[in-house]
Amino acid sequence: MRHAVREDRDALVVTLEGDVDLENSPQAREVLLESVGRGRKVLVDLAGVTYIDSSGVASLVEALQAARKRGAGFALVCVGSAALRVLKLARLDKVFTIHETLADGLDART
Amino acid sequence: MGSARAARLLELRFPARADQLCDVRDAVRECVTANGAGAECAGDIVMAVDEACQNIIRHGYAGEPEGGIELEIDRRGDDLVFSLRDFAPKIDPACVKPRELDDVRPGGLGTHFIRAVMDEAEFVETATERGNLFRMVKRVR
Repeated sequence: MRHAVREDRDALVVTLEGDVDLENSPQAREVLLESVGRGRKVLVDLAGVTYIDSSGVASLVEALQAARKRGAGFALVCVGSAALRVLKLARLDKVFTIHETLADGLDART
Repeated sequence: MGSARAARLLELRFPARADQLCDVRDAVRECVTANGAGAECAGDIVMAVDEACQNIIRHGYAGEPEGGIELEIDRRGDDLVFSLRDFAPKIDPACVKPRELDDVRPGGLGTHFIRAVMDEAEFVETATERGNLFRMVKRVR
């Protein structure tokens, strides 16, 4: 799994690429929590995610909860059909804020 | 295993380590796709097998990194049958339950995913003192 973090307007964009699975989810968790800890709105770009499992979803949930505790925005963008299916199975598609594009996420107020 | 004759499609034995699961997923996807599973069905099957392996790695072998997992995929009529065998301490199947999804928290989703996508998923009683056999079935046609 590869990751990148960059600033874009008032947000931090965390890009995850590859498989977010049991082997890689600790890395994803660390990146996501560190990004949330910086106090800005975090947009997680999942366009390049080829596979995500329950451990990857758990990393996203943990980061979302950390963001909510800080009162910071946290959203998923560019969620592919496979990742969306996993989120729907977990009934998390209505828990996360999901934007179709990065631009939508950047334009959103939270 | 029922009245239809079973055909062995795949046998894999691999260490119970997270770094093995990518190759396992690829092998399962290739096998089930070649045996009647459409793209979404194949994705569901791959996820269920992956989650079952995760449960073995994290909970079955916790603290025993050298344990192995055996995966067999058989075709039985319109069904694909997935048998996962480990050599960890026997677990009590009553303790393996999907959790309530209304409680939003990390973790505990694997068992739910398995039961959501597979037609059958259960532990099979074995005569051995150690080890578990978990069997899942997915109808593909």
